[in-house]
Amino acid sequence: MSDRVYRILLGTVGGIFVLILVGFVVAMATQGVPAFSKLGFSFLWSSNWDPTHNHFGILPFMIGTLETTAIAVVLTVPIGLGTALALAYLAPRRLRAPLGTAVELLAAVPSVVYGLWGLLVVAPFFRTQIEPGLSSVFGWTGLFGGANQGVGLLLAGVILFIMVLPTMVAISRDVLAAVPHDQVEGAMALGATRWQLLRKVVVPGARVGVLGAFTLATGRALGETVAVALVIGNSTHLATSLKANAATIPSLIVSTFGEATGTELNVLFTSALVLLVVGIGVNALARMFVRSVARSGAESVAVA
Amino acid sequence: MTTLSFDSTLDPILSRRAEIQKIASSSVKRRKTYSKIGIAVCLLCLIVACIPLLAIIGYTVAKGLPAWTSVFFTKNMLPEGIPNGGLYNAIIGTLIIDAIAIAITVPFGILGGLFLAESDGPIAGAVRFSADVLTGVPSITIGIFGYIIWVKNFGYSGYAGALAIGIIMLPVIMRAAETALRGVPVNLYEAGLALGARKATVARKVTLPVALPGLITGVLLAVARGAGETAPLIFTIFGNQFLQTNPSKPMEALPIAIYSYSSQPYNDLIQIAWGGALLLMAVILVLNIGARLVSARLRRERR
Amino acid sequence: MTTPSDTTQTVGLTTQEVFMAQQPGTTKVMGLEDVTVTFRGRPAVRGVSFDAYEKEVTALIGPSGSGKTTLLRALNRMHDTERTAAVTGRIMLGDTNVNDKSTDPTLLRSRVGMVFQRPNPFPTMSIYDNAVAGLRFNGVRKKSLLDEAAESALVAAALWDSVRERLKVSASTLSGGEQQRLCIARALAVEPEVLLMDEPTSALDPIATKRIEELIGELKDRVTIIIVTHNMQQAMRVSDRCAFLLMAEDRSGELIEYAPTSKLFSEPDDPRTLDYVNGRFG
Repeated sequence: MSDRVYRILLGTVGGIFVLILVGFVVAMATQGVPAFSKLGFSFLWSSNWDPTHNHFGILPFMIGTLETTAIAVVLTVPIGLGTALALAYLAPRRLRAPLGTAVELLAAVPSVVYGLWGLLVVAPFFRTQIEPGLSSVFGWTGLFGGANQGVGLLLAGVILFIMVLPTMVAISRDVLAAVPHDQVEGAMALGATRWQLLRKVVVPGARVGVLGAFTLATGRALGETVAVALVIGNSTHLATSLKANAATIPSLIVSTFGEATGTELNVLFTSALVLLVVGIGVNALARMFVRSVARSGAESVAVA
Repeated sequence: MTTLSFDSTLDPILSRRAEIQKIASSSVKRRKTYSKIGIAVCLLCLIVACIPLLAIIGYTVAKGLPAWTSVFFTKNMLPEGIPNGGLYNAIIGTLIIDAIAIAITVPFGILGGLFLAESDGPIAGAVRFSADVLTGVPSITIGIFGYIIWVKNFGYSGYAGALAIGIIMLPVIMRAAETALRGVPVNLYEAGLALGARKATVARKVTLPVALPGLITGVLLAVARGAGETAPLIFTIFGNQFLQTNPSKPMEALPIAIYSYSSQPYNDLIQIAWGGALLLMAVILVLNIGARLVSARLRRERR
Repeated sequence: MTTPSDTTQTVGLTTQEVFMAQQPGTTKVMGLEDVTVTFRGRPAVRGVSFDAYEKEVTALIGPSGSGKTTLLRALNRMHDTERTAAVTGRIMLGDTNVNDKSTDPTLLRSRVGMVFQRPNPFPTMSIYDNAVAGLRFNGVRKKSLLDEAAESALVAAALWDSVRERLKVSASTLSGGEQQRLCIARALAVEPEVLLMDEPTSALDPIATKRIEELIGELKDRVTIIIVTHNMQQAMRVSDRCAFLLMAEDRSGELIEYAPTSKLFSEPDDPRTLDYVNGRFG
């Protein structure tokens, strides 16, 4: 094979790859757009989902997606950051590497396993222990109305939190550990306590990478499908309580796709398109953050 | 001793030193208490993070192992209430679909990796960006993409599933291949070219063999990633209660079987779902650990 | 030399005391007695004893491997984080034994500052925040004290005039030499009694190096300096006393000779010192 042919071959492979992404977006767009010509734009902010009467408002699912993601992120950011700091600087040295590996491996556990465990193990525990407790302590906030069912918005958010935690921890730990050692020594030599060192020097020094980790985790939470579908209860109504059943865009698609036809199918394609666009945006952003940090050191396996 | 015998407040530096040292010593107890609290909170976070992660593995093993009977591995799925069902058809389906996906994406991904490793232009940048974005888009959208371009035209089939899984695996292989190939010492590559060999020959005889452990790592990680995906399969292979080895027909796969059995109200089906979850998790963890061992060996040799 | 303190210091003092306070080489600030640093039980530097005096620069010289940096890092307990390291012997700072378990390393480091081989300002902080970082770590919150100390330290580090208009700018915008002077200012702002400098010019170009060396000469009235350098000319130019370390046969460093710099370089007692200062090995 001459050098010319070789270069053309490689270039073609690269080109095909870009075409896959372009084709992906185009295919999704062509299938997603007809819903607009049939329904206008109002279905995007209508909360009435009633396929038998041709009402296809997807607002409850967009809100459900945001709510579950928000629960996951609110829990993941502090706990993930704390865990990452512990793994990078604070835990006994002998435990750091094995615990770090364990966390990275857990990022690989399939989402359907998280869903199964969430539905069969965590949901009953939520119904009998967590939800009654939260209702009695925080009932006054109005966030915990309704029956204790186990499955619902809160459980979906918590399962998502557990799923994205390894991603958040693995990347944060790498960027925190990548803060140059001379910065650490500089702070120590000025009389900083360990906590001051972490708070004022290490965390700020790694903030862009941590932001990238946070964004990747958010992206993963937004798009997670089967685990959420199994534990959220799949209700097409707007949730009025954290204990209520709800649905997210991915869980709506996966639970209704089989029986959907006509306009409903178009709406599902549109929902998937929204998900794709948001997913691409969030990921492009995350990669920018992580890359600017990772340039100096190697990216961890977990990033890939 | 260092404190001189005259009134230090008259020298601005000495008086400032005295003031700073006074503040430092009066605040040191508080600062160290804060530090201890902060560290304790971080360690608590670590424990909080470990509990669910250990629980999921513990439960899956405890609930899944009893399901691993010979029937589980050798009999097809049966409707609820009928005893002696297994996951044989789902296991075979997963093997066939993943094998097809691997067969397509490995050569394609390695060529793509070669392209990325040898070029730095705007096209390579676009390819790299596409790969990174594609690894992160919600996998359900990839399933829908498979549905649009395959299922709408040719119907539900194992091929459509392999296509969707392949799109998930491809960027992982490509980026890992790029990293592995870039790790090959430049002088090896140049020595090959200096001998008058063509670039393709150098790649085949020098670069790829040297980068092999890295390539293996990438493929293992990609397979682990693809094998666990559920959502893309739901929209492409549909599911099939019976054994189907013809990939142009609707097939069953492990993740789908787990997904559909987990919400059934029958204990025997739920037990099979746990067994399937354990199998899937074990395979994926073994692939991941294998990838780590290969890359750890690689790092040792490089040193 | 006249400093504003010349007149004020005389209040209430006898002539002798004034003389004592102003003459270099008379007040012992830090004293090392039989200091040994081991890693995993193997000594890296052993049995070192010498005193550092107020208003003086003490240089630690010797070939690489002689344990200069290792010894220096023992003086502000930087080995604490390295669990394989152990320091024995007495390191007296005033009446505090630095190397005593009851001595708080955090508080100690506000009395013994350190400047490193490579400039390491905190890149996420502004120039001002860098300058006062040590003060804030040590619990100082009073704005007037922070401002006063920052200005004084930046002036002392010959950086004030070039940064006074951009104190809120990130420290990473400074040149390498300026960054190192910022690190010196950062260490000075806490008003330490001793400043440890670990080859502070090794990452700098000749011009920046010259400025730092001049600075060291100006700073010694303010703070006692102990500097590690591998550059004999630098030791000759900046130091008043020199400790010469050499790697012994068991690969641990030991102190060969400690003397006023002029004596050590012109008529050392030990033939090995003579060999080293004449460039015959190392």
